[in-house]
Amino acid sequence: MSVLAAVQPSFRAIAATVVPEAGTLDAGGWMELERIVEQALAPRPRRLQRQLVTLIRAIEWLPLLRYGRRFTRLDPRRRARVLEVLQNSPLLLLRRGFWGLRTLALMGYYARPAAAASIGYRADPRGWAARR
Amino acid sequence: MTAVVERFYDVVIVGSGAGGGTVAQALAPLVRDGHRVLVLEQGPRFDDDEFTGRELDMAGALYADGGGFLTAQGTMTLAFAHAYGGSTLVYTGTSLTAPEHVIRSWGVPGLDHADLLRRSQRYLTENNVHLLPAEEINDNNRLFVEGGARAGYRVEQFPVNVKGCRGSSLCNLGCPNQAKQGTNRVQLPRAERDGVEIVTRAEVLRVEADRTLAVRVAAKPDGGKGRPSEWAPGDYRLRAGIVVCAGGVMGTTSLLLRSRLPLPRAVGARFTCHPALILVAEHSGPITNDVGHPKSYFVDRGAEQRFVLETCMYFPFTTAKALSGFGPDHTRVMRAFPRLQMILVLACDAATPGNRITVDGAGRPVAHYHFTEETVAGLVEGTRAAARIFFAAGAVRVHAPFADPPLIEARDAEQLTDRIAARHFNEGKVAISAAHLMGGCAMGAGAESVTDGWGRVHGLPWLRVADASLFPDSLEINPYVTIMALADRVAEAIRVDAPTLLG
Repeated sequence: MSVLAAVQPSFRAIAATVVPEAGTLDAGGWMELERIVEQALAPRPRRLQRQLVTLIRAIEWLPLLRYGRRFTRLDPRRRARVLEVLQNSPLLLLRRGFWGLRTLALMGYYARPAAAASIGYRADPRGWAARR
Repeated sequence: MTAVVERFYDVVIVGSGAGGGTVAQALAPLVRDGHRVLVLEQGPRFDDDEFTGRELDMAGALYADGGGFLTAQGTMTLAFAHAYGGSTLVYTGTSLTAPEHVIRSWGVPGLDHADLLRRSQRYLTENNVHLLPAEEINDNNRLFVEGGARAGYRVEQFPVNVKGCRGSSLCNLGCPNQAKQGTNRVQLPRAERDGVEIVTRAEVLRVEADRTLAVRVAAKPDGGKGRPSEWAPGDYRLRAGIVVCAGGVMGTTSLLLRSRLPLPRAVGARFTCHPALILVAEHSGPITNDVGHPKSYFVDRGAEQRFVLETCMYFPFTTAKALSGFGPDHTRVMRAFPRLQMILVLACDAATPGNRITVDGAGRPVAHYHFTEETVAGLVEGTRAAARIFFAAGAVRVHAPFADPPLIEARDAEQLTDRIAARHFNEGKVAISAAHLMGGCAMGAGAESVTDGWGRVHGLPWLRVADASLFPDSLEINPYVTIMALADRVAEAIRVDAPTLLG
């Protein structure tokens, strides 16, 4: 069962703030990113999955208090500011929560072979033989 | 409902890594004497062609929680493997013997450094440990040597246990060329040839006071990697003469804690792990980094400044996770991947009362870890030293998680002491991981220990421990050779005690 389905637009907005290049992904690219994240979440406890969805919802709605708009309606600079507040929060719980969410976004983006290739990562099981 | 299958073995070894694999080989002579020796491994046995080198594919197959096993505080991930060969599948094969000052400081009665060194030497030879020739050293390692020398550090080369290394750089994802001489390549096959039985996908749920083990053998998941178990899936009840716990720090300690045994109160205590930071630096031009053995050199400042630096090379997601922050600055570093040099900073942490292993309601291991001021100081000093080496090697900028902002330009290289400071250490913001898990069933004498210096659990002579959980404190170096040396001692004591315990 999908964990992200209920919060997909918010998750995509967060992921594209963590990794700006994610904003340029086509539908297939997003599907692959989300499949990787869903696979990572699937074996985790339901409680943790629910906490993640709650955090994403909170990130979506909390900017209303400061900016009068939801996260998905903010410009990239303000989105980054919202996430920075979480990352630097005095509350360990919030820092941990954001760290987990950031990790998932990075995993979804950089674990894709296309992303690894795009940054020039070339490790090959054949080792030196593949370079010479 | 399927009935529980009952079986008897003289010796049951739980775990097949550096400890369990060593004990299995060392106890093989008991088989020739007519005894039955069994190894139970929670993970699967992989075929050679299953090591693809793909990051998530292999991390998910090999590591507990895909390598993302979190401490109870949620501020550090712990990396340990479940597989035939245990964590020896995923180390880089760096082979160091225990420092004399560390063994002396442990103060374990009957355990002396010379004995460990003698035993270690046997395994260094057995595992083909040697120094890689200069032509196999990549730029990532060469720059560490050059920068280290210019910055005034004593750089040493790691002896490594490889045979036919092709330089894939993928050691931590399981060698795709079977070059690393872990227990999966050396000790376990020999033990099997000598009649030791090995059963994979077999989780030990409990050890009972009557020397029985409740074991659950899992089916191979659809589409999963690894061979099916040697036994049919289901529940087993094994009677044993001697039980050797070698499932690693998390496995052994949690097994004992969920077993209903009259154990010493110190089980779970004295957990240490060498918390580590991955540091990266950007050079102006491409370097060879994701080809060649990744970890060939180190700087050991453990005794003086509580840190060790090691060369390293990680994969895209792992690298991305290790970098602080997010957004365009983060992306800029990632896009410089072919120009990145990497250093791993390990803190030599000390056993403290709050850092321990417990179990949750389901009996799963929970690692409690708080960073002491001394540990943070080790990470800070190590980060400063790594930054000096990076810049001395010609890096144009360094990414230091203990700096704010984390990117330090070469023109600011004189300000490292001020820029990199403990005040920037913010738990839950900096990515810290550990792969050298130690303690939980400490050797020694008295109330703070669980076993004697030969791995005998106090009060239960038939129960032994033979892995890194024996360490009463941090080893300050890569631990696998010392685990093998200690396991060799444990096996020797078992051979001595076997006539009494097995009849």
